Amino acid sequence: MRVLLIDDEKELVSTLAERLSFRGIEADWVCSGKEALNKIEEQVYDVAVVDIKMPQIGGIQLKRMIADKYPDMKFIFMTGHGSEEDFLAGSEEAGEEFYLVKPVAIEELVKKMKQALDE
Amino acid sequence: MNNTWKVINEAGLQFFGKMNASISHEIKNVLAIVNESAGLLEDLTGMAEQGMPVDSAKLRSIAGKIQKQVRRADLIVKNMNTLAHSIDEQEKKIDTGELLAFMAALSKRLASMQGITFEPVMSENPPEIITNPFLLETMLWRCMDFFMCTAGAEKTIEVSVAANDQGIDIHFTGLQEPGVKQDPSFPGEMEHALASALCGKIELNEGAKKITLSLPLTIHEAEQVR
Repeated sequence: MRVLLIDDEKELVSTLAERLSFRGIEADWVCSGKEALNKIEEQVYDVAVVDIKMPQIGGIQLKRMIADKYPDMKFIFMTGHGSEEDFLAGSEEAGEEFYLVKPVAIEELVKKMKQALDE
Repeated sequence: MNNTWKVINEAGLQFFGKMNASISHEIKNVLAIVNESAGLLEDLTGMAEQGMPVDSAKLRSIAGKIQKQVRRADLIVKNMNTLAHSIDEQEKKIDTGELLAFMAALSKRLASMQGITFEPVMSENPPEIITNPFLLETMLWRCMDFFMCTAGAEKTIEVSVAANDQGIDIHFTGLQEPGVKQDPSFPGEMEHALASALCGKIELNEGAKKITLSLPLTIHEAEQVR
């Protein structure tokens, strides 16, 4: 499994990538939607784990921009809302996606990645 | 309660809610980094228990990351506390330089989401005024929110303060062109109600490129004159 982590919190994604590597998951990371657009031109990813709220290009907007071109790439969104229910209740943009509320439990993240790929 | 105060209270609640949501998101980010750093320590400990060598410099680096996030959270919470206490007094002496720096710090995350930077321009002796701190913060937020919604990405808005004959002027400037999205409703009912409650006035001029908020030096003296 090859994963791209996208969040404007550099220390979050870099640490998460290191921890995923200990679990046999190859993870690259970038800190903006713009960098993500460049990265996926260079490398094929199975899963993108992306923060919903980022400067300029947020996670849901990023998915809209690339989903047609990369239909096999799965998305898992991270949110800083109080709970997934809070986010879903307050968001008109939320669809049938995978969501995780920060702070993320890594085993839960790995489980969601596998679920996303099995879909 | 008359309609003007209903509008002012609504503006205040909107501001307070928006700031609380932003602060809680930022604290969530801090917690997420601390959580991953602690998780990394746990992973490395597990490896060490299995006989794999662990680099002490790596451990020191992780501890440094955690300490950095603690300092960040401390600043966030200090700002949150300052905001919470700004409703304590109806009138208070305010250092306008400190206030602009506080508002820029408070709105930094939300502004950054829109690609906007608010840059307080500090003079050596920023004027002090006696006013209602929370109403003034709400007013400044309304101006900042206007630029966030209309300025377009990658813009720096300068916020400066200058004394005038009767008080002070707070200027928001920096857009070379009018906002990409015009908002003809600004300043609207909320902004005029807030300016009136502060015994001041607000003007959007130069083709929606500049906002000037004029305020008296002492709110209760201005109220007596009015």
